[in-house]
Amino acid sequence: MKRFSLHSARRRARLYATGVVACAVVGTMALTASGPANAASVSTPGVTATSISLGATEPLTGVAANYNDIAPAMKAVFAWANAHGGVNGRQINLTIDDDQYTPSITATMTHQLVLQNNIFADVGSLGTPTQLQVQPYLNGLKVPQLFILSGCNCWSSSKYPYSSGLQTPYTVDGKILGSYVAKNFSGEKVGYFTQDDEFGFDAIKGLNMEIKGSSVVSKQTYVASTAAYVAGLQSQVAALQASGAKVVVLAAIPPFVGLFATTAATLGYTPQLVIDGVAGDPSAIGAPAALTTPAPNGQALLNGAITEAGGAFEDQTSNPWVRVATKLLTKYDSEVAKNGITGDELTGFNLGYLVYQALKAAGKNLTRQGLLNAIAADGKNFANSGFVPYSYSSTVHFGFEGEQLYKMSATATPITLPTGTFMGVTPVGPVYYTSPGAGPVKVWHSAQDKVPASLSSTA
Amino acid sequence: MGELRKKAQGLAAKPWFRMPRQPMLRHLSYAAVAVVFLYFLTQKLSAFNDYEVGEIAFYVVALAGLTLLTGVNGQISLGHGGFMAVGGFTLALLVEHTKWNVVPELAIAIVTSALVGALIGIPATRLRGPYLAGMTLMVALGLPYLTNQYDSFFGGDQGLTTPQPIGPASINPEQWLAWIQLACALIVLILLGNLLRSRFGRSFRAVRDDEIAASLAGIHVARTKVIAFMVSAGCAGLAGALLALSAGGVNSAEFPLSISIYLLAGMVIGGTGSLMGVWWGAILIVYLPTSWAPSLANHFHVNSQVSANLAVIIFGLVLVVGMLVAPGGIQGALRWVAVRVGAYFSPDGVPNMKLSLQEAPTDRAVHDSESVTQADKPGV
Repeated sequence: MKRFSLHSARRRARLYATGVVACAVVGTMALTASGPANAASVSTPGVTATSISLGATEPLTGVAANYNDIAPAMKAVFAWANAHGGVNGRQINLTIDDDQYTPSITATMTHQLVLQNNIFADVGSLGTPTQLQVQPYLNGLKVPQLFILSGCNCWSSSKYPYSSGLQTPYTVDGKILGSYVAKNFSGEKVGYFTQDDEFGFDAIKGLNMEIKGSSVVSKQTYVASTAAYVAGLQSQVAALQASGAKVVVLAAIPPFVGLFATTAATLGYTPQLVIDGVAGDPSAIGAPAALTTPAPNGQALLNGAITEAGGAFEDQTSNPWVRVATKLLTKYDSEVAKNGITGDELTGFNLGYLVYQALKAAGKNLTRQGLLNAIAADGKNFANSGFVPYSYSSTVHFGFEGEQLYKMSATATPITLPTGTFMGVTPVGPVYYTSPGAGPVKVWHSAQDKVPASLSSTA
Repeated sequence: MGELRKKAQGLAAKPWFRMPRQPMLRHLSYAAVAVVFLYFLTQKLSAFNDYEVGEIAFYVVALAGLTLLTGVNGQISLGHGGFMAVGGFTLALLVEHTKWNVVPELAIAIVTSALVGALIGIPATRLRGPYLAGMTLMVALGLPYLTNQYDSFFGGDQGLTTPQPIGPASINPEQWLAWIQLACALIVLILLGNLLRSRFGRSFRAVRDDEIAASLAGIHVARTKVIAFMVSAGCAGLAGALLALSAGGVNSAEFPLSISIYLLAGMVIGGTGSLMGVWWGAILIVYLPTSWAPSLANHFHVNSQVSANLAVIIFGLVLVVGMLVAPGGIQGALRWVAVRVGAYFSPDGVPNMKLSLQEAPTDRAVHDSESVTQADKPGV
């Protein structure tokens, strides 16, 4: 009897299991059948007769929060455009999300922009690791990922046609500095001091195209982290000093350039510094208080350092682009109205005006493909505040590919900082341009773009 | 009130429905209820919310594996982000080089990370406490970094692409992806639930509680620990592969150290050793950094350096306070409430153990003793 009851318990159990599974399957199928079919929308996402919605992910907080003034300046340009009839009759709405410079948060925020905010395009988002994280997703959905604020070579690839960068590629930076070093310091021993990631790797790629391998005597790197900054650069600087390098090329972010200069000063090492455009703004290097304090400091070493920049500095108030940007942003960006314009805000202004011109060129019948086509066809002709025209074409998705060399100089008009005044810059030689691939560094002879009358008259 | 209580007591004395006693059946019926609930939920939600539900699902998978390793087997791991990277990259490499369906790709991702887990698990058997934490920390830091060293194979900084799987045209892609991820989560929970009720589960717990006693009882301690590590790493690998599907690609920056830390914190806050508690942990991991912490920061206008770290700060605070107030995590606290409510309505005023969802030890002891007495009865 017991045996039987156990047997029947098992059978009951099996029956129960079958029942559960069957119910679940049938239930799901029935519900799926009755579920609402998603009506395919024929119109372009994010575009209505009266509006265009755009999105950007930016490090508003966190380690890269010093860049949090770029996107508001871009938004201010859209406010200016909207106040003057919008673009082809449509108002531009920009949603700025904070990704804290953290790739996983960038992924979530970008999904939110696409799925919830229903953006037409992602424009001017910042960061190499962060934008790499969402590049396949945006390209997979054919959402334009335009004018990324990063100089990675990765934005111009046939694998991801919906992406494009804005900053000068780090390899171009490296080539232009490399050609200067090869010409002006030939025969000298050269040392590299680079960031240990794609920024440094790309820059070295460019430097090696121009500088003879035999003259490079030491290659030192650092990791861009707070811990590494606190630990200091003694061993790297000492290694460069021991190698006898008379010229040191730095592909580093501003705080590490400053730290390098003070460390070298402490060790009594006085090479000629050649600094990548990422740290081309002396005001960014000078921001840490350590540099403005009395000797031994890095100021003396930085005096005479060669650096590069793609456009005018914010303190060059005679430059018409700086003038028009300051005027427009003072009206539409409360931060600029309060504290004056910064280099980042100048970048944001240029970015916003680029987006505006691209949307305008895409015409009344706005589609994502139409926008890409317009950039490929007209991108070279969009007015910009840099010294070279944009490089955009159907195959090249880089913005700037040129730099003006500068010499940091204690006698030039100093830049005023919260920590005191810091040295200024004076231009050196002509503007150079080149591509990240093989090919020579060439001189750019034409003048900077004129500010379009439509902009200067309404700003 | 008295009336109601009497009625409830009457019902409790003669329940109209009892969950089946066999673990497989019980877990299947929980899963069936979950399937219906999640189906309606994903139908109701927007595409972006479906994406978030999918994220919760893959964190559930990772947390379930971690809770088995730490909560049940007593080995701590700070390296689960590294195992997730192994799973993610395995899937991406398969996508790149084969034309297979997503199911075998996920399966191979599990196997690969389980093998890597075994490799790490073998030396781990000799380490304990902070030493084990230190060693597994190296996994979290080192494995993603390795992919940068061989960039022609792993795609360098740009990494590899893992396109989102597309289902039938009538179902939107986010919902389809969420279903795949939820299905994986439910299957993992059912299987782990059964595993914990099996001989293996009992050995895991025995080793956790007292290794010497366990080996005296005939349990191969080292083997048990390695098996726990493998199963746990396999779960993390699956989670990493599912994460890759959500993200659309894998690269080393996708698996930072913070993922491993979040997992550990999420597991403890959800309820260490509880397979149901992992849902709370996963919800916290998904919503705290991207949604709750930023809105809190906005509301109180904290400065930018603080607000970026607010999620980590809150995790830390909740961990400390939680350990003092509710050592069993959220799930433990809920169970505590359920037991009290059950006691109020039970006919004799004592907690009904069946109703209370009591954690395994007591519950299992009852089951085991029953099965022993049954087996001992002559004529069975």
